[in-house]
Amino acid sequence: MARSTYSSMMLDPLIDENPIARQVLGICSALAVTTQLQPSLVMCLAVTGVLIASNVSISLIRNWVPSSIRIIVQLTIISSLVIVCDQLLKAYAFTVSKQLSVFIGLIITNCILMGRAEAFAMQNGPKASFFDAIGNGAGYSLVLLLVAVIRELLGAGRLFGVRILPLVTDGGWYVPNGLMVLSPAAFFLIGGMIWALRTWKPAQRERELTVHIESLEHDLELASARGASAAPAPRQRAA
Amino acid sequence: MSALQRDSVGYTVGFAALVCLVCAIPIAGAAVWLRPAQEENQRVDRLSKVLGVAGLVAPDEELARPEVLRRFSSRIKARVVDLKSGAYVDSMDASSYDQRQASRDPARSTAAPANDARVFRLPRFAVVYELRASEGSEEIKSVILPIQGYGLWSTMYGYIALNADARTIAGITFYEHGETPGLGGEIENPRWQERWKGRKAFDDTGALRIRVIKGAAGTAESDPYRMDGLSGATITSRGVSSTLSFWLGVNGFGPFLDRFRLSHSTKAS
Repeated sequence: MARSTYSSMMLDPLIDENPIARQVLGICSALAVTTQLQPSLVMCLAVTGVLIASNVSISLIRNWVPSSIRIIVQLTIISSLVIVCDQLLKAYAFTVSKQLSVFIGLIITNCILMGRAEAFAMQNGPKASFFDAIGNGAGYSLVLLLVAVIRELLGAGRLFGVRILPLVTDGGWYVPNGLMVLSPAAFFLIGGMIWALRTWKPAQRERELTVHIESLEHDLELASARGASAAPAPRQRAA
Repeated sequence: MSALQRDSVGYTVGFAALVCLVCAIPIAGAAVWLRPAQEENQRVDRLSKVLGVAGLVAPDEELARPEVLRRFSSRIKARVVDLKSGAYVDSMDASSYDQRQASRDPARSTAAPANDARVFRLPRFAVVYELRASEGSEEIKSVILPIQGYGLWSTMYGYIALNADARTIAGITFYEHGETPGLGGEIENPRWQERWKGRKAFDDTGALRIRVIKGAAGTAESDPYRMDGLSGATITSRGVSSTLSFWLGVNGFGPFLDRFRLSHSTKAS
């Protein structure tokens, strides 16, 4: 594979195919851990590390995996890696692991990992999967860190726990924005990012759904016409 | 390998078993090798909670391990106490005694009398921590007792500090629990813990009076025997109340506190 392909594998997920902003995956952790920069950074490293290891190992065994159990095999590998990662944090970064609590364990359910395993590593070689994992990990980290910078700065007036904006309570001028500390703030920020990104790059917008809706209505009419004679009771209940 | 073979039942089962086996190795390895480091972290974390309830560390202060150990050893003395008699057992080393493990060991614990805190087994010995007035001093500023009791979902583990009069609460903290975050989990909230300070666990006659009420109590001066409950966490609040009643009562640290009070009032007069 050409060098440019590897670099595009790494660079595309940053903006054009960003797992959070474009594919809207991994939102749960993006809401939960981004009140402060430090836990967010650890979360990014953990997700990227697990993603690299899972992508490479799944890619290595991709030709031997029976297709009927491939998802559960992927999940087994991902969860094993996450458990090891959680154990490492508990041993060597105890305070951060306490802050992140269940969210390290929840990396298992982070759709980015399953998504990359199923969509990429099952079809590509270990080297390509490695670069794909770095790219997607970086794309995830980019959004997470950006949200964390905004939330910690506006919500607590700090970055990495260091005071940047002097608070009114300490005799300064900054009134902390309480909303930024709560999860909805991350929703608004990520929503805003998705909107800004799709305005800048209209190619990212989802296709309009008018055609689908028309055909859906048609299907519904057919179904109700059929259902009216066969089983009227459920429809009445629904009404 | 042909596609047919790869999708056969035997191959699928065999492959699944192999994946499980291979994945189990790093997990088991990590669990065994990292356990000493993890346990040490938990121990230091517990010590820093003792420091917190003793007022030797600010609520938002993060201490590194050496600093925790330094502050702990300079100001706090851990001692083993016989719960029944309330006497010190200085022949036992408090730093190596694990009270929670002892409560599970039938040889070193007894069934607890029925109680609302849902404590089922009582260890024979418990660890108490004495906060010294200054480094090297023998004068005790407060005494810190481990407490545990059942809230809504889980056993809550914590510490309560009493001033040298063994009546006034100097602080309370919980370091391990599984209560609902945002509701019962607010037992961890430093502002709520701050409101305990100065309240009286016992009145002048030595009767145990402190309880957590539903709603807000007055200030520590005007309403010393009652403490605010946590809103939306009635059962957790009730659990905290019964935990204190149990551990400060006759079946808990009552005998120890009686002795403590006695020895301190004679020293004072």
